[in-house]
Amino acid sequence: MNNEIIIEGPNVAHGAESATDHHGHEHHEQHFVWKYIFSQDHKIIARQFMVTGIIWAIIGALFSVFFRLQLGFPDSTFPILEKFLGDWAKGGKLSPEFYYALITMHGTILVFFVLTAGLSGTFANLLIPLQVGARDMASPFMNMLSYWFFFAASIIMFCSLFIETGPAAGGWTTYPPLSALKEASLGSGTGMDLWLLGMALFVVSSLLGGLNYITTILNMRTKGMTMTRMPLTCWALLFTAVLGVLSFPVLFSGVVLLIFDRNLGTSFYLSEIFIGGKALPHIGGSAILYQHLFWFLGHPEVYIIMLPGMGMASEVLSTHSRKPIFGYFAMIISLVGITLLAFLVWAHHMFVTGMSPFLGSIFVLLTLLIAVPSAVKVFNWITTIWRGNLRFNPPMLFALGFVSLFISGGLTGIYLGNSALDIHLHDTYFVVAHFHIVMGVSAFFGMFAGTYHWFPKMFGRFMNSTLGYIHFFITFIGSYLIFWPMHYEGIAGMPRRYYDYSAWESFKHFQGVNSFISIVSIIVFFAQLLFVVNFFTSIWRGRKLTNKNPWGSPTLEWTTPINPGHGNWEGEIPEVYRWPYDYKDDGHGNDFIPQTTPLRPGEESH
Amino acid sequence: MSAFITFALIVLVFIVIYQIGKASEYAGVLRGQEKVKAQTNRVLAILLLLMFPLGCWGIYECNAMFQDRLLPVAACRTGVNYDSMFLTTTMVCGIVFFLTQGILFWFCFKYQSTEKRTSFFFAHNNKLELIWTTIPAIAMAILVAIGLRNWYDVTSPAPPDATVVEVMGKQFNWMIRYPGKDNELGKRDFRKINDANNVMGLDWSDPHNMDDIISQNGELHVVVNKPVKLLINSRDVIHDVGLPHFRMKMDAVPGITTTMWFIPSITTDSMRQITKNPDFVYEISCDQMCGKGHYSMRGTIIVQTQAEYDKWMASQQTYYAANNPGAAPAADSVNAQPKNESVKAVTMK
Repeated sequence: MNNEIIIEGPNVAHGAESATDHHGHEHHEQHFVWKYIFSQDHKIIARQFMVTGIIWAIIGALFSVFFRLQLGFPDSTFPILEKFLGDWAKGGKLSPEFYYALITMHGTILVFFVLTAGLSGTFANLLIPLQVGARDMASPFMNMLSYWFFFAASIIMFCSLFIETGPAAGGWTTYPPLSALKEASLGSGTGMDLWLLGMALFVVSSLLGGLNYITTILNMRTKGMTMTRMPLTCWALLFTAVLGVLSFPVLFSGVVLLIFDRNLGTSFYLSEIFIGGKALPHIGGSAILYQHLFWFLGHPEVYIIMLPGMGMASEVLSTHSRKPIFGYFAMIISLVGITLLAFLVWAHHMFVTGMSPFLGSIFVLLTLLIAVPSAVKVFNWITTIWRGNLRFNPPMLFALGFVSLFISGGLTGIYLGNSALDIHLHDTYFVVAHFHIVMGVSAFFGMFAGTYHWFPKMFGRFMNSTLGYIHFFITFIGSYLIFWPMHYEGIAGMPRRYYDYSAWESFKHFQGVNSFISIVSIIVFFAQLLFVVNFFTSIWRGRKLTNKNPWGSPTLEWTTPINPGHGNWEGEIPEVYRWPYDYKDDGHGNDFIPQTTPLRPGEESH
Repeated sequence: MSAFITFALIVLVFIVIYQIGKASEYAGVLRGQEKVKAQTNRVLAILLLLMFPLGCWGIYECNAMFQDRLLPVAACRTGVNYDSMFLTTTMVCGIVFFLTQGILFWFCFKYQSTEKRTSFFFAHNNKLELIWTTIPAIAMAILVAIGLRNWYDVTSPAPPDATVVEVMGKQFNWMIRYPGKDNELGKRDFRKINDANNVMGLDWSDPHNMDDIISQNGELHVVVNKPVKLLINSRDVIHDVGLPHFRMKMDAVPGITTTMWFIPSITTDSMRQITKNPDFVYEISCDQMCGKGHYSMRGTIIVQTQAEYDKWMASQQTYYAANNPGAAPAADSVNAQPKNESVKAVTMK
């Protein structure tokens, strides 16, 4: 479904074997299937991830429009919903069961299928070999499998939308016992089985990809490309992969145990339950165990989503400010800090589960510690643009938006990480606002910055800038208009995941705000479609590149031909002599010095 | 038909915007890339600069609009502490927010690309890094200190004179059990639950159960200025007892008993006067997704004076008597030895 669009790729393909022994003149055409579908070329796989990610993003965003209609206008009916959803929206009114299915799938799709696979899958695949100077990934075959496992997971998850009892409906965190017992909810039937199967395959895909990214970065850097000459994108993608490789297996174990509880009668998560008119035989399990396993991935997952955006924003801000990233080493150290702390804070999602208050206090301390490396990054970004020469093209705008949203969303994390404040704000709209701004919209902005910036490398053409500007301003203003008011609702204690608030004395006066948020979110949804249109039309009709380094960037990916074939460089892989942010006069009227330029006499390496 | 028109309109708008985008691209080529680029850059720099005052104005309007709907009036001592800590955190975060966002958008305008400008090569400065590592670290240490003080206050053991009440969640309502005259909650066992006459699975061999009172309408009665300790439990999936007016929340997990205590300081009646809302009622919201009726899982808390409470309590029938009409009064069985038949009875401390 997604492979037709990449037909217009590079028209010269080099054999896969050229990854190790490259002959620039040996052009032999591959069959279409091997070149574009079961391709082992990292650039094609990146495009496959990107296109699949875009399709998922449209589905996930459309779901949010559906349930925002319910939240914004609980008393109205929308006959058009019945056309889309059939009996789930009889008479144009969403049923509560399907409302919960929609929010569950919205979360699952966007967190895992878009912002993990779609983001890391696209940019790690595209950028790592190009920026470290490798002909392809360490294992192109595993890389191909990574995409196809993701594809299989996508198919299963997609099918689950159409079954009779609906897709999983227990929230994207799928806490048992709700998700473990068929009697507890419609969505805990077959939909949940498919969800678990899909997620298991997804973890396989993520591990295959992650191991590849790590191996490629550690082993396949070109001559002269020391670790400290790597662009920050590669550093960020390296730590993203490390986080994924170490934490996804834990989710896998949690998922497998849940499959056992559901189908084999085990009691890992179940104890003392009376449901559907009878007491179940399970005794001795702990529902909280699942939450520990889930959040041991779930929290690093947040950084799996954030780090690629941070890396790309760093690169984009530096390039379009014509100025080196400020504090390159501080940026790396703060990435290390975030990565380490990411594993030590998972229980801050569980302050109100009845866990020991002492344990809770340890997690408070570690959680607020993350604010320090995050603050360092923000200040470094701001100093990067200080006294720069800022060119506002779409990637730069989105990178600036990324910083603004990261600040806004990061600061509310200080409230939620402090258990004494979380005890009131937990599971309210404050949380919804916090994580949507910081890991939803902000991560998306990082991704948009990356897409606009590297689109010329992917397709040899530019995306339309005017559409990019419109896209940016609507999305930027819109996201604040959507999520800022949600903080107020959360402070008043308004719980998330409610279908209707009209019966609640404490929350019903927020109806007007809810309608406002819904209207803005529909507008923002259409602005995203504008991006999609821009993306696909630009693949074929965008302005062509005339120069292989359109942004004037010193990094290696811009030394490849405009449409690089499999193997990336014609002839030898270039050697690297300097760090990736040498934005200074090269003596020939350029304001940057490519990494491949040897140091001048008397010049010190960074 | 109207759906079709809407659809056609949306497509039309898309085409128009797309054509504008394309046209501006061609116009740029015709009029000279560099000139257009410089012009666009200037416009965008101004627009970015405008984002900040625009944002501040939006925040101001938002605050004005929600002023009276932010944190509801805190109805207990820890809730008042909560509000002061919330204010402190907001001040710290607010300063950082306006400072960083202001600088960000100001720099966008100030350092926009012009023909004359060259960027300043400034790659690192350890002193600056040290400053902005230390300051956030100190700020966080202060917030952690305040937070932990409040956290230990809220989670400390309940005073011994606290009234103990059990709150049990089920899909989709709350059941409240009072200990009755003996002031002790009897044993229960989930295997003894049946919806007809034993909704919480009370073990009738335990005499302490005989005088227990269960209210199934989710109405929790508490006495003002008297500590109340909730034993929280669930009989099916995870729920959560959310008390926005007391700034508290605790999960109800099947198989595990969690606790939470507080001292309500304002009666429901006084609160109606304070909020000028005759319909005011303290609400218990379920804050953990529990199925299709999650949004309707509503309980209420009636905070009343001791006299009112006693009067209300006297009017209540024990659950045993309500379900066994004509049975002997509970007091008769107090001396009977409790037979512990349950393999794993939930112990009530």
